[in-house]
Parts: sequence; structure tokens; C-alpha cells
Amino acid sequence: MKSDRALVAHLMRRAGFGVTPAELDTLTRDKSYEEIVDDLVNPERFEELDESYIERYYSGELVAIHVGKWMYRMVNTQRPLEEKMALFLHHIFPVAWGKSEHGPSLYSEIEMFRRVGLTDMQTILLELSQDPAMIFWLDNNENHKGEINENYGRELLELFTMGVGNYTEDDIKAASRAFTGWTFRQPLSLYPVGHHPAEFEFLEDDHDYEAKTFLGETGNFNGEDIIDIIVKQPATARFISRHLYNFFVEDELQVPSWATEPPRNEMAIQQLSKVFMENGGQMRPVLRELFNSDFFKEATDFKKVKSPIELIAGVLKQTGEFSSPVPGIQQFAVTTLNGSPFEGPLAIMGQRLMNPPTVEGWHTGHEWIDSGTLSERVGFVEKQFQDISKPGVKDMVERAGSLDDDPAKLVERCLDLLGGIKVSEQTRDALVAYARELGSMDSGDEEGSVGVHNLLQMTASTVDYQFE
Amino acid sequence: MTTNGAEKTLVVVQLSGGNDFMNTIVPYSNPHYYDARKKVVLSEDQVLPINDELAINGNAAPFKRLYDEGKMAIVQGIGYPDSNRSHFRGMDIWHTAEPHRVGSEGWLGQAVRELDPDAENVLTGVNIGMGLPRAMAVTGVPVTSVGDLEGYGVMNRIEQQKLKDKAIEAFKGIYGQAIGTGPVAEYIGQTGLDVLSGADMLADVANRYESTVEYADNGIAKNLRDVARVHLAGLGTRIFYTQHGGYDTHATQLPNHPKLMTDLSGAISDFLDDLEEHDASDNVTVFVFTEFGRRMRDNGSGTDHGSGGGAYLFGKPVEGGLYGEYPSVDPADWAHGEDLEHTIDFRGIYGTLLEQWLAVDAKPIVKGDFEQISPFRV
Repeated sequence: MKSDRALVAHLMRRAGFGVTPAELDTLTRDKSYEEIVDDLVNPERFEELDESYIERYYSGELVAIHVGKWMYRMVNTQRPLEEKMALFLHHIFPVAWGKSEHGPSLYSEIEMFRRVGLTDMQTILLELSQDPAMIFWLDNNENHKGEINENYGRELLELFTMGVGNYTEDDIKAASRAFTGWTFRQPLSLYPVGHHPAEFEFLEDDHDYEAKTFLGETGNFNGEDIIDIIVKQPATARFISRHLYNFFVEDELQVPSWATEPPRNEMAIQQLSKVFMENGGQMRPVLRELFNSDFFKEATDFKKVKSPIELIAGVLKQTGEFSSPVPGIQQFAVTTLNGSPFEGPLAIMGQRLMNPPTVEGWHTGHEWIDSGTLSERVGFVEKQFQDISKPGVKDMVERAGSLDDDPAKLVERCLDLLGGIKVSEQTRDALVAYARELGSMDSGDEEGSVGVHNLLQMTASTVDYQFE
Repeated sequence: MTTNGAEKTLVVVQLSGGNDFMNTIVPYSNPHYYDARKKVVLSEDQVLPINDELAINGNAAPFKRLYDEGKMAIVQGIGYPDSNRSHFRGMDIWHTAEPHRVGSEGWLGQAVRELDPDAENVLTGVNIGMGLPRAMAVTGVPVTSVGDLEGYGVMNRIEQQKLKDKAIEAFKGIYGQAIGTGPVAEYIGQTGLDVLSGADMLADVANRYESTVEYADNGIAKNLRDVARVHLAGLGTRIFYTQHGGYDTHATQLPNHPKLMTDLSGAISDFLDDLEEHDASDNVTVFVFTEFGRRMRDNGSGTDHGSGGGAYLFGKPVEGGLYGEYPSVDPADWAHGEDLEHTIDFRGIYGTLLEQWLAVDAKPIVKGDFEQISPFRV
């Protein structure tokens, strides 16, 4: 073995959506930890998923279908960090379907996130500012010369790049003026062709060409200039570093408190900010630094609560039910916001993808957990591991062994199979006791009712499993 | 000064995004209103007057009925000091009653702690909907959050009874032993135990409920129906919380705001009718709030974030009418030169609800004495 199983499993969970036992065998056999990190930040070394093949199974306008298609990518991509960065950008630049009710634009935005996630901050912010879904979400199409709508300008500074305390109300107004005329158009009319992605459009006549003073600099700035100024700011380097730390390493407090509450790990933020500044906001060096750091490798003990999509995609990867396109993955993403009569598991767990609650995005960390969402997490896992004919479950049950084996060893193997997960001593003891109970139960009276899959079920229902 | 609040129940409805107070309770005879609002404006024939100066948004006809019946109190000009117009800071302030620092304890979570100091009933505080709001969250205070009333609980998909019992026992063992593994793991452990006890109590709620009231098919109506179902089951809940989203109407306010008003007013009046039908309306008060009002001048298709707004109380115990003072709509008096100035501090209204309705001492929760109103019938 060239690398440590538990550590690589940790990396693949954080930088992707987990790993199957077979994948973990191959990775640890062939590559060192640093080589795996290098592969992750250079996704073009691996083949892209064939989109046309996916489209055949998941097409239509419902946002649940777009989310389903995205989930399929999360589970099956050979470029996990590319997909995880798309999710990261969706978390920190959240746009909801509920306002535009325009599915294709939302999905195009996620495609854009996937394309630019590993480039640099200028590119990311420029694409974001020209993204029709974002423009409509924060009303920049209503931001006119002489009649500014400061919604985008404000959130760009407050939530997306710098955080409260690093700019003034006048800076917001100047930034808003610089983005006047940045709007979008619909190339095809809604009737009869339906929703198609919109396109960015710059309306010269509606742009404010007057001088503006922004963060101490004065000029005839347009949106691109504003972005360049933002990306130069140490406050931006810090803010993005903190977002990355919060997403990949350890739960921070919610964003609005960052202006007053210090980071969990000041040294880590400084380390990441430094790399960000030295590389002009390029994401790959920052991410390489992050994954290779000690603070990342050590962040395994109850440091970060899984988001609902991390839990669901991780479980689906393990059960193998959707390892090739088959109908049905969108069932997990349905929501009453989008025409379904009931809520799917993602919604009940509190994360409707492409439908974040507000422009602040989701409250993460322990705020993912309350009695309602926890009830659904456990219920989801129960259901997914119940069917032992699913290829991943079958494989894990075979690898785990029999209920007649030594219960302690059986539990050990289950923990490894579910991704080298770490559990507390108390949890381990309780699982061993449960394995013993299962072994003593007569599985003969109701066929297939008691088996190793029940132990997998319980292992994935633990307190410990709620952590990434 | 507290009164006996035994068994009195408070239902809190959060309007997320910042409801436009001026287009909810409309100063329809004031020329300044029409000067400020060029496009996002309600004309005199689109409103339902309650006196010579103010009118209820015409899309909220059920509110007019409740107002006429004396069951709707309007708290005019509610707000908080030094507004910075951020949703998130604004909502934080409303949730924690801490306008000057970042608070971590929710005001209703603290009230739950006072009402049930030994944490005997995990249903003393119940949130209906996705995600527990910070207002209800205080570390160590169990409150139940129900996203899906029918599926609530754990290990309830296992069919074989003996295995199910063993599984629940194992789950209890794991979640009961999370002590010493850090605050978040402990919190999750306790939440798991709370799910088990809440699920026991809620198991039969849906089956026991019958009503002739037909709620509309939208989120807020569905949530208030769930509030009614749990409340009428008599499980000891004192505080319910639910949310109605979509009020951040920077743009396209004209088509969207009317639906919000229709859905909200219909859901609240159906809820009160449902209580009435079950002879359960004497002890329930509904409190509706939003994080801020919107800018005086519209921006052509919507309204930007503002300051002072409105809150509302509903129910049979409520002495209907107008409370507080409608903020001046004269441009000379606008806050920041562009917003309604708030005229009453939200912490006084929290104090009113805590002390006069729930019989909980407000001072430690709102951190001071703030002017209260007297909106309850005696």
C-alpha cells in the first residue's frame, strides 16, 4: 500500500463524495497521498462523464431532474474535486429556482461552476456576474443607469467576497453603478419552445460611464474593474480562505458572524490567504496547499457535519444503485416547491439543491441537525441499505463476512467498508453488542430479514456517521 | 408583572425576506405614499380601508375580516436600532433579541427553557418545516422540528417487530453515549434521543385529527394545518414556529406580493377557524413578524431592503386594533433619508408576548425593559 486507507477515504469524502471499497483498494495500492491530491486538482487527466448518455435518462424541465443529473455526476464522476467545487460555489453563491422558476438557467449555472471552479477568482467572479441565473436572482437586470438596484453590489461584497466591515455603503453604490447594463436575454421565446438557457447581454446605453470611487480607487470602472479590485484585497483572500476552510476542513460559525468572531484556526486561514495572494487568486495552488496540510489531515474527529447532499451522494455511491444511468435518482431531489406532492429526502434533510433558502445559502455545521432532519437522515440510510440486491450493498455484505464471525472483527470491517470511518469507543462497543444480537437472532423465520446489511444500516445511522 | 399563563400557546410565523409593510397596511390617503411609490403601489380601489388613513392590502381580504371581528392587532412601525439592512444580520437580531452583538441563544428557545426547565417534554417547543430556526435554538434545550409529520422517528421502516425493537435499543445506546466526544457530537446524540421520545408522542397525531376546514394547497397553509394537528392532539406544546418565504421582493413585486398576501391571510384565517371548530381558540395567539420593511421609494419593479416594518397578532384572545404609531411617510422624517423609521422596539413586543401571554420573565431574554403594549383581552 502506497497510502493510508483511512486518510485517503477522508480525502475522497472531503474533496469528492466518498469512495467505494474497490476504488479505495486501487487508490491506496497505486498512489501516494500527494499523488492523489495532485490528480484531484488536475481533473483534466481523467475522462469526463458522457453527458449525452446521462441526458437520455434524466431530461426534462423539472428542477428535480437537474438535481438528479447533478447527483448522478457526483456519484460517478472520475473528477470528484471538479464536482465538489461546483457544490462549493453553489454553497457560497447560492441561487434559487424559486424566484426565476427557470430550471435550465440554474443548471447552466452549475455547469459554469464546474467549468470555472478550479480556475481563479477573477474568472469565477466575472462568470458569476455575467451568469443569467445570478443576474436575475439578485436583480441586476433591474440595475439601471440613474436608477440603481444595489442588491447584487451589496451581496457581492457582503456575502460573496469580503464580508461586512471591509467596505462602506458608498462602495456598494459605486459597485452597483459599475454593474449597470449587465443583464441577460432569452434567445428563444418561452412559448412555444419552453425554457432554454438565457445569455448574458451588455446594454451600453444602460451603463453608467461616469467616474466612480471604489475601495479608495477612482476611475470609469465597469464590473470587470470592480472584480479586479476586489480580488486584490487581502480581505478577499481571507474571506475566500475561510469559506474553503469551512467547506473542506472544519465547520465555522455562519458567515454573518465572521466580522466579529475569529476563525477556528487563524494559522490555517493565514496559510491559505498567503497562497491565494501569491498566486493571484488561483484556486489550484490554494486547494493543493489545503489538502496537503496537517490541519486538513488532522480534521477527522467530529469536525464537520455532513451536508444532506454529502450524506445522500455518499450513501448512493456506496450502495451502487446508480453506478450506471437508470431511472429514478431524481426521486431524492423532489420538492413541493417544484410541483411534487411530497418532499424528497434532500428537502426534508434541509437542503433543496438549486433552491437554497436565501442568498446567504444554507446554515451548515450543527445547524444541519435538528430532530426533523436527523429523523430523515436515519430513515434514509435504513431504506438504502435494506435492499441487499443493490450491487454496492451486495459487495459490502460479501466483503464484511457472516454474522457468525467474531462481532468485533465484523464491526471493524463494516467501518472500513463504509469509508474507513472513525467512531468513538462507545459507538464501537454498541455496534459490537448489536452485531452479537443480530448473530443470535434466528434469521430463518422470516427470509432475508436479518443480516449483515442490518449492521451496515446501524453503522450508517450512528452519531459518528453524521460527520464527514 | 406577569399573569397566569398556564396552557397558553404561542404560534410564531416568520415572513422571510422582509415583507413590504407599506403595501400590507397601506397609508392609502397619504400623498407622500403615492410620491414615493411610483410603480409598486396600490391604488385606492386595490385596498380595504380600516379607517380614513390606513387600509389592508386588498389581496388579504381574510385579514380585513379578522380585523373587523376584533381578532387582528397591527403593531405599526416595529423595528430594531441601527438597522444595516442585511437580511442575515436582521434575522439574527430578531432571532436572538441582540441588536448590538452576535447572539447565539434564540429568544423562543430561552422561553422554552423557562416553560419546561427540566426538559420534561420535547414537544414544549415545536418547529413545523425544514430546518430549526435560530429563534428556537438554545444549546441543551430540546425542541422538536418536524419536516414530515407522517415519517417522524427512527428505525420505523424495519418491519420485523423484534428486530425493530433491538434496532431502537441499539440506536438509543449509541446516541445516549455521545457524551465526551465534543459539543456537536453530544448535541447530535441528545437530538437522537429527543427524536425517539418525540416520535412516541407524535405517532398517532395524524390519525386523530379531523376537521371540516379545508386549507389551501400551499406551504404556509400546510404548515399551519400541521400546527393545528399537533396542537389539537394536546401534547403540551406551548410554542410553535413556522415560516413563510418569498418576501424579498427586490423585483417583480407586483405579480408576487399579492399571492403572498393571499396565501398568508387565507392560511391564518383557516387556522383560526379550525381552532374555533375544535373549541380551542381561547388559548392560542398567533404572532407574525418579518425582519424589516422595505425602502420608501420603489426601484421600478420592486423595493429594496428598508428598516421599520410591521408585526401582527391574531386570535380570539387578542384585542384587535392598531398599536404603536405608523411611521411618518413624510420624506423629511425618513431614516437614512430613504426608509420608514421604526417607532417601537421589537424587544417590547417580545416582552409583551413573554410576560403577558406566556408568563415568562422577559428581562433576561430581551436584556432590559422595553415599552410593551396591551393587546390581550382581560
